Amino acid sequence: MTSSHHGWDEVPTARGVDPDSARWLQALSDEGPRRESAQAELYAMLLRAARREAARRGPGVRITGPELEDLAYQAAGDALLAITQKAGQFRGESRFTTWACKFVVFEVSAKIARHFWRHPTRPLDAENWDRLPDRFGFDPARESEWRDLLAALRRAVDTELTPRQREVFVAVALNDVPPDALAIKLGSNRNALYKMMFDARRKLRAALVANGYLHDEESRCS
Amino acid sequence: MNGWTALDRFLHTDPRDVGCAEAMDMLHVYADLAAAGVPVEQRYPGIAAHLRACGPCGEDFEGLLAAIAGEAP
Repeated sequence: MTSSHHGWDEVPTARGVDPDSARWLQALSDEGPRRESAQAELYAMLLRAARREAARRGPGVRITGPELEDLAYQAAGDALLAITQKAGQFRGESRFTTWACKFVVFEVSAKIARHFWRHPTRPLDAENWDRLPDRFGFDPARESEWRDLLAALRRAVDTELTPRQREVFVAVALNDVPPDALAIKLGSNRNALYKMMFDARRKLRAALVANGYLHDEESRCS
Repeated sequence: MNGWTALDRFLHTDPRDVGCAEAMDMLHVYADLAAAGVPVEQRYPGIAAHLRACGPCGEDFEGLLAAIAGEAP
């Protein structure tokens, strides 16, 4: 987006902020019709971005039609509210429009995660170990070669992980629960669950290396 | 890619990985630079490592790149 698209007055550029971003910030912090005009333009951009993002992700999460459109409108509205409240936190490290689009992408992401639990495809506590070979692309015709590996992985899941790590691993790796959806269910957040899975993956790999099923890091890199 | 390699990649952890919080905080900066053709993987190896390993953050990054491209003049 360039400044020529706006009908706003030229304003001095804040240090470290590109001219177009500075105009956005100035207009949004103004009073009266200039602010309203900027908010309307920002909302239109957010809605376009929300629709694109919802359409991009929708087929993968089985949300279509009016439900997907409604999700996009809600995401754009919530993003606009957050952006107008946090505009003062914009540090000028990117274009303002990119910073703003991040909010709407996160909103779409969060709303899709909440939608998952309206139609859960499987119980959270199920342990679908049978899907592991397919998930990782093991050839059924060569089961004799990988059967012991997956049995060792299962033992490591049972013996190496804490109960919480095991719960998260089972949900994400075996039951294909999206991490953001799982975070909602467990009253946690994406970062905490990722850290838990990170530690779990590291422990499991170490156990498989120790038992000779995988190579250590140096061998892997060579 | 065979099953062994896929499983190994899934379990592999990169010590440079910055985690979701930092990646999400910097995602707009990273995406703007990536869209401009800057070699972001070299400038921000910890974020690059995270986006490769974290499905949700990787998906958000793809979405933000698509949003930038969609709004390009």
